[in-house]
Amino acid sequence: MAVINLKGLISPFSAIQQGAKPPHTVKYPAEEKETAERYRGMHFNDIEECIGCGTCSTICQNAAIDMVHLDGFETNSGDSGLRPRVDNGRCCWCALCVDVCPTGSLNLTKDYNYVTDDPDSFLLMPGVDNPEGKDILSYKGSDGKSLLEYERVPMRELEGSERIKSFAEVVIGYNEEEARKEAQRCISCSLCTDICPVHMHIPEYISAIAKGDDEAAVKIIYDNNPLGETCGKVCTRRCETTCAIGHQGEPIAIRWLKGYATSTAKHIDVIKEILDPEIAKPNGHSVGIIGAGPSGLTAGYYLALKGFDVTIYEAKAHAGGMIMYGIPKYRLPLDSIDKQVDYMESIGVKINFNTKVGIDIKFEELKKKHEAIMIGIGFEVPYDIGMVGEDAEGSIQAVNYLRDINSDIKADVGDKVVVIGGGNVAIDAARVAKRFGADVTILYRRRVKDMPADWEEIEGAEQEGVDIHPQAIPLEILSDDKGKVKAIKYANAEMVADDKGGRPRPKIIEGDEHTIDISTLIGAIGQEADYSFIPEEIKEQIEISRGRIIVNEDQATKLPWLFACGDIANRQADAISAIADGYRAVKGIEKLLLKKEA
Amino acid sequence: MREKETTLYLGPQHPGITGNMMVKLKVAGDTIVKAETHVGYLHRAFEKLMEVRTWTQCFPIVCRICVPEPDPNEENLARAIEEIEGREVPERAQYIRVMVLELSRLAAYLLWMGGQSGSSGLYTMPQWTVGDRDYILDLFEELTGGRVYHMYIWTGGVRRDLPDGFEGRVLKTMDYLEERLKDYDKLMFESALFQKRAQGVGIIDKDKAIDWGVVGPPLRGCGIKHDVRIDEPYEIYDKLDFEVPTYEGGDVWARAMVRRQEFEQSISIIRQVIDKMPKGEYYNKIPNPLTWTIPPGEAFVKTESARGEYGYYAVSDGSDKPRRIHVRGPAYVHGVSLLENILVGANIADTSFIMNSLGVCPPEIER
Repeated sequence: MAVINLKGLISPFSAIQQGAKPPHTVKYPAEEKETAERYRGMHFNDIEECIGCGTCSTICQNAAIDMVHLDGFETNSGDSGLRPRVDNGRCCWCALCVDVCPTGSLNLTKDYNYVTDDPDSFLLMPGVDNPEGKDILSYKGSDGKSLLEYERVPMRELEGSERIKSFAEVVIGYNEEEARKEAQRCISCSLCTDICPVHMHIPEYISAIAKGDDEAAVKIIYDNNPLGETCGKVCTRRCETTCAIGHQGEPIAIRWLKGYATSTAKHIDVIKEILDPEIAKPNGHSVGIIGAGPSGLTAGYYLALKGFDVTIYEAKAHAGGMIMYGIPKYRLPLDSIDKQVDYMESIGVKINFNTKVGIDIKFEELKKKHEAIMIGIGFEVPYDIGMVGEDAEGSIQAVNYLRDINSDIKADVGDKVVVIGGGNVAIDAARVAKRFGADVTILYRRRVKDMPADWEEIEGAEQEGVDIHPQAIPLEILSDDKGKVKAIKYANAEMVADDKGGRPRPKIIEGDEHTIDISTLIGAIGQEADYSFIPEEIKEQIEISRGRIIVNEDQATKLPWLFACGDIANRQADAISAIADGYRAVKGIEKLLLKKEA
Repeated sequence: MREKETTLYLGPQHPGITGNMMVKLKVAGDTIVKAETHVGYLHRAFEKLMEVRTWTQCFPIVCRICVPEPDPNEENLARAIEEIEGREVPERAQYIRVMVLELSRLAAYLLWMGGQSGSSGLYTMPQWTVGDRDYILDLFEELTGGRVYHMYIWTGGVRRDLPDGFEGRVLKTMDYLEERLKDYDKLMFESALFQKRAQGVGIIDKDKAIDWGVVGPPLRGCGIKHDVRIDEPYEIYDKLDFEVPTYEGGDVWARAMVRRQEFEQSISIIRQVIDKMPKGEYYNKIPNPLTWTIPPGEAFVKTESARGEYGYYAVSDGSDKPRRIHVRGPAYVHGVSLLENILVGANIADTSFIMNSLGVCPPEIER
């Protein structure tokens, strides 16, 4: 007989006791359950903070996010003007988008209820469609570690004390491993491409470096910049100031990566092998370029590739212009420039050295020889400091000083040097003088943060022992009885608000005057162009305003056959803008001579 | 006299089926003569999808391979990648991972209890256990931001550190569940009716269990001691003190008792983990996920999920995406070859009951 399991029959009835206990559930909708602090609900995007880099869209494995233009929203530079739109029908709320948002603008909220009969309304523009989301943020990117890498692979440099012993290149450059690691930080948002004057294909070549394909990187760089190696050393790199990673971390070292890629092509034969340039058949058109600076070389290179007969007229013995004669060799070695110029010559760019237009050859003669002329002469004539005693012996100009040093002309500055100015030229002159053993002081009118020079240059100068004296206004240069500079008198200044609403300006503090003994004074407060070689009747036909030639979007002046590029045409006054001008001029010249519409 | 055979379709939409699959039954009277498992109703091509996604993008996908217990998927994928790449995982992260895995085991067993008793007509249990499972989901929500899909364990550790005071709330929930287990005992495990339904039903032959590839509680219910956590310990399971219960008989009852005792073991494991958890880093950061590549190589890793041994085979060709990820879960064996065999001779009314006892998760069959 089967044993009756009495306990087993009775015990389930104990469940009845549960009926007396309060329920576990909440009485929805009268009562709503509070979500957890990290709850992953609907998105919210701070549209002011967002830069439209699209990383959220890239990481989304459901393709739930697309980047759309936001009407009626003004964007600043470094902002694509696009904003993410989330398809809540596709989103799985994994929050990878939040964890990769480089600005931290995209977060998730506590909101999870959405009821509608309209399937189109599943498209949510976070922050625009749900402004109230701001107050109910829940899962935030800042809660944990971002998935992105915010720390830059440090660049190895010579020690400050080591540097001032010679003109050896200060920046050692990335090795392969470092370059790959740094390149892998890039999120390929392309914001840098927009801001780059040349619109270089930055994400593409960085991606090639990241994948270990340096040759592809070199090809991509040469696609619209034949001076990539130069830019890889001395570019003013607006790209890095706009880099999305820079919002919460250190921007990608775009300049050094370009430098790395181009440096892998050590010889012009290697460059030729990598690029395997396709040179178009001669098209019978002839172009003359005045000045073998960055803009002239760029225009010359691409014109030559397109089959134009190009001749560059260069007053000096070397090509490169300001990058050759204005940038100290510890930043840009001579052999690097030579290699790039040699390559250009090898594909058919003719450069007539030591040929100063106006003296060795008349402008009119060029006009007869060539169908189009491009001027890229740069700003080489320094401004006077405009101070009593400036004519004394030992008072020199930074651009002249740098040019002499780079041309191996002896220029003794003695042991006590004062540089006046706060731009890159001033810093360069100071660091060069330091390398000749002088005690160097820079006097600058405003604060250090107001200096137009590159912060890395300022830092480099400080590391090398250059004394930067901000808010110091030079008053007078004192000379000895032989007419040689002896000392400089300056006054300290305080910054006062500008009445007209401009940036704060320095105001001399009465009585706070000082004198420094000097052996040489170097002025570096700016330069201008020398247009004396252009015949008067042509000057009258083109427009020159505040020292610069007015050009259209193709760099053409009022005379359709005459083009102007570089410092004489743009206010940026840096190599990359000059290269951009040269590149645009090529398009203009093509339009003019080949009647080709771009 | 041989009775007339009838074909009966159980599923793909049937409350007794755990997920969308179908069992085509040939029955004679109330007795099953032949059973065929038909799948394909929720094939989402997880493995293939992963081949066109970066390694990090795979994490929101893998958790969907098993809805009731997503975390072993995340842990497996993370560990496979770490093994190929040689990435260290901070000790704290390993403790947190084990805590998450055990919490998910508890949640899965609570669902199982509901399913097992529900399919025997005991409808009070699912109401209780699904409700109690929500207390674990509350913990997951607090820890990971999501209740069901956590996307929390990933390469290099876990995604976020524990919130303040989280350990205390876990312990409180453990105390609650331990107390509730007494109620479950009274209602289900001690119930004469449940015992009557479960004993001697769905018997797996001990001699064939290994050959068939049975794993997890069904294997331990045959009296065979096999558990990945003990045999090939991963994460920090070797630093914990716990027993793997076995039960003789190989029937639904044996499997139920194994799970019932494992429930207690898991509570004990979680308590130990919280007790021993060191301070420190919880995440060994991976490089930028958009460009992150993994050196060429392959790895096979496995965990002990609530359903049994659960393996991931991952191959990297050195690119930013997996070349192949193969998911090897117990549901394929349990839901197809095993179920088809042990249903023969069973009563129709026991189909869902037996299926529930095996731990079958259709999305995992159709990964």
